[in-house]
Amino acid sequence: MLIISYPMKRNSALAVLSFAIIGLIACQKMLPEAPVNDEVLDGPVDGLSNSENARFLAGDIAFNDEVFTPEKGLGPYFVATSCGSCHAGDGKGHPFTTLTRFGQSDSTGNKYMKYGAPQLQNRAIPGYTPEQIPAGATSAKFTPPANTGLGFLEALTDAQILSNADPQDTNGDGISGVPNYIAPPAFFTPKWYHQSVGGKYIGRFGKKAAAIDLLHQTVNAYNQDIGITSEFAHNEPGINGIEGIYADNVSDPEVESSDVLNVVFYLRTLKAPVQRDQGDAAVLTGKQLFINTGCAGCHVQQWTTPFSDIGALSNKTFYPYTDLLLHDMGSGLDDNYTEGMASTAEWRTPPLWGLGLSKNSQGGKYFLLHDGRATSIDAAIKYHDGEAKKSKDLYNQLSETEKQNLIKFLESL
Amino acid sequence: MKKIFTYNYSEMNRILLSIIITAATTGTSLAQSDSSLVKRIPADTGKLHLNMDAIYNRPFLQMDKLPVSIGGYLEANSSYSGTDGVTEGLSFRVPRLSVFISSTIKKRIKFLSEIEFEEGGREVGIEFASMDIELHPFLNLRGGVIINPIGAFNQNHDGPKWEFIDRPISATTIIPSTWSNAGFGLFGKYAYHKWVWAYEAYLTNGFDNTIIANDKNRTWLPSSKQNTERFDESFNGVPLVTAKTAIRHRKIGEVGLSWMGGVYNKFMEDGLRLDARRRVDLFAIDFNTTIPRINTCINAEWVWAIIDVPATYTQQFGNKQQGGFFDIVQPIIKRKMLGWEKSTLNIALRTEYADYNVGTFKETGENISDHIIALVPGISFRPSQLTVVRFNYRYHWETDLLGNPPSKTAAIQFGISTYF
Repeated sequence: MLIISYPMKRNSALAVLSFAIIGLIACQKMLPEAPVNDEVLDGPVDGLSNSENARFLAGDIAFNDEVFTPEKGLGPYFVATSCGSCHAGDGKGHPFTTLTRFGQSDSTGNKYMKYGAPQLQNRAIPGYTPEQIPAGATSAKFTPPANTGLGFLEALTDAQILSNADPQDTNGDGISGVPNYIAPPAFFTPKWYHQSVGGKYIGRFGKKAAAIDLLHQTVNAYNQDIGITSEFAHNEPGINGIEGIYADNVSDPEVESSDVLNVVFYLRTLKAPVQRDQGDAAVLTGKQLFINTGCAGCHVQQWTTPFSDIGALSNKTFYPYTDLLLHDMGSGLDDNYTEGMASTAEWRTPPLWGLGLSKNSQGGKYFLLHDGRATSIDAAIKYHDGEAKKSKDLYNQLSETEKQNLIKFLESL
Repeated sequence: MKKIFTYNYSEMNRILLSIIITAATTGTSLAQSDSSLVKRIPADTGKLHLNMDAIYNRPFLQMDKLPVSIGGYLEANSSYSGTDGVTEGLSFRVPRLSVFISSTIKKRIKFLSEIEFEEGGREVGIEFASMDIELHPFLNLRGGVIINPIGAFNQNHDGPKWEFIDRPISATTIIPSTWSNAGFGLFGKYAYHKWVWAYEAYLTNGFDNTIIANDKNRTWLPSSKQNTERFDESFNGVPLVTAKTAIRHRKIGEVGLSWMGGVYNKFMEDGLRLDARRRVDLFAIDFNTTIPRINTCINAEWVWAIIDVPATYTQQFGNKQQGGFFDIVQPIIKRKMLGWEKSTLNIALRTEYADYNVGTFKETGENISDHIIALVPGISFRPSQLTVVRFNYRYHWETDLLGNPPSKTAAIQFGISTYF
């Protein structure tokens, strides 16, 4: 076996030992570096206390690591097996996790609740057949949104949101902007900043702004996406809408309230996306074009939170690029499905922060708008119509360079 | 490695510990009075051995007239690791202590067991416990707890044999090594000049529903290892069939082809149909050789898994998996070192890959990712063939289902492993 001469052997041994020693000394250098903060969406807001960090971590685990199986109550019908399945890296979802809702085509409510509406559970545990959209029901696909910065949006007062509403378009800019008033679930507890109108409250979350707060959104997601019961939603999603017909061998609630509340805390305290290349000339030009073309009429740039029970969210200025209001987006984006008081062509202005990082959670491509139909920012802009028609027309009149600058600005968010 | 055997944990622990302590102290006291009474039976290195022989081809201690031989091995590691800038710090681990007990009951009737204590003794498992009856060298009956002969690593998994601290990813996550089950089967060998050919074929208990219903959120065959009932009864009444054939040439090396397949789900209960019969099938090829003169050792294995996942279940759980590893080990010094005769210093490199979801998304037609690529360079020092001191640097890239930018993990690892 000895094929190496002795001096070479000695040298080899020394080289190997040197390598080992250097390796030990350079342990830290040999580990992968953390991604730059503004290149990732996950992570907590700055300024959480130690106890809040611990709760964030508990919520992170419940959100990203807790996987439901039939033995833990999954299904029998479901869309996903965990929260993290739909929100990779806390970013936007992929067509694989796009869900379908059906059955409501006006503000009078959903006529297909007895057929399993509003959400289609398009997957099933072995031995079961997934739900089907009943004949005659209209539907829309919803691509999961990014989770980041949601706590800032939740912290805003209803009065702040209403300050941008202009249902009659009194300023004549062609943009109305209306809140979606939602009948609250039984577990909803109004906060000091909520304002009731006829027993309903302004929805802030979801494509149609159908969820009033993050607890509302989270409970619905556990129940409708994963088929999990909780203290807040006691029943399994029914088979074709008949609740209680399915009983699994898992005692209810299938998820602990502490897990639900920790997930809510996690969503509240995820950091807001950090804009990149803020000083770049093209980005600055693009930002001005964004304002000039009227995009900022709906995609409101800047907000400041009032007092929050989480200190890190109190009195903070942030830049989500949304007004949280509904806008008529024209017939091209009218899927003839709606929620709450929204018309079928109305969609809540989606926050644009984190847009440039969407590809990092969508498998390297863009799947934009409510159902992921737009595979580029340019295409997404061109799908705008209705109240956004004026802005779209102005965008179309820009030179190619100006368009690129505007897109570069959007990608920096 | 997961729990294989947990019920009656404390009672079983006491029994096993009693056996081991009795055997060890007997040996020790005998050895103190007359060391010649303890005879070390080295692993047989003279014949043409195949991976399937790894179960028996281990060093044992024979104690005077005691009717059993005893052996075993220990692994102890330390690791400093981190993922994407978040370090787990330095940790120490004793992943396993295995004890072998063998006995020749009568001419051509043998018994061998391997009992493994994992994670500091929290988990105790019978990895192997079988009786072999030789009817003819080409026809042997084996029954008991059998290590299914799929791939090579599953049977040839002893820590001291490897230059790498972590077990191969594909061999532990696609093939759920060490994967053993209760069952029966046949094996045999035929040698001719420089060739030896062998076969193995077993019927055993097998997998269960958890391979597509688990907290890994992917098709995960090792989940079935949690089901200790498989040593007591079949999950669905359909045997898992495992068959392997291997051929070795003294100079060229060994090639093995293996298949393991069966129904994994509970499709009937109390005469009522619950689901369709759903199969899991694994095909593996393994190869090993030592290049003459330069003594470079090459060890490779590749596995394909096909799993019948219901079309209406989520694509999160793949219906095809594949992966493998390629190890190359180069002895660079073999001489007396630090006072040990014939000690060896090796450099080594493992390249490995595991794709847990081979296929395309129904929604986009694009590739489903969910894979790991890893590189593991290492240095090992062997004061004897029974003992290895290992230093590894592991770097792996793990890509999620959607193909987003991979998370990067690195680990600096130091470990020892030795037969005793």
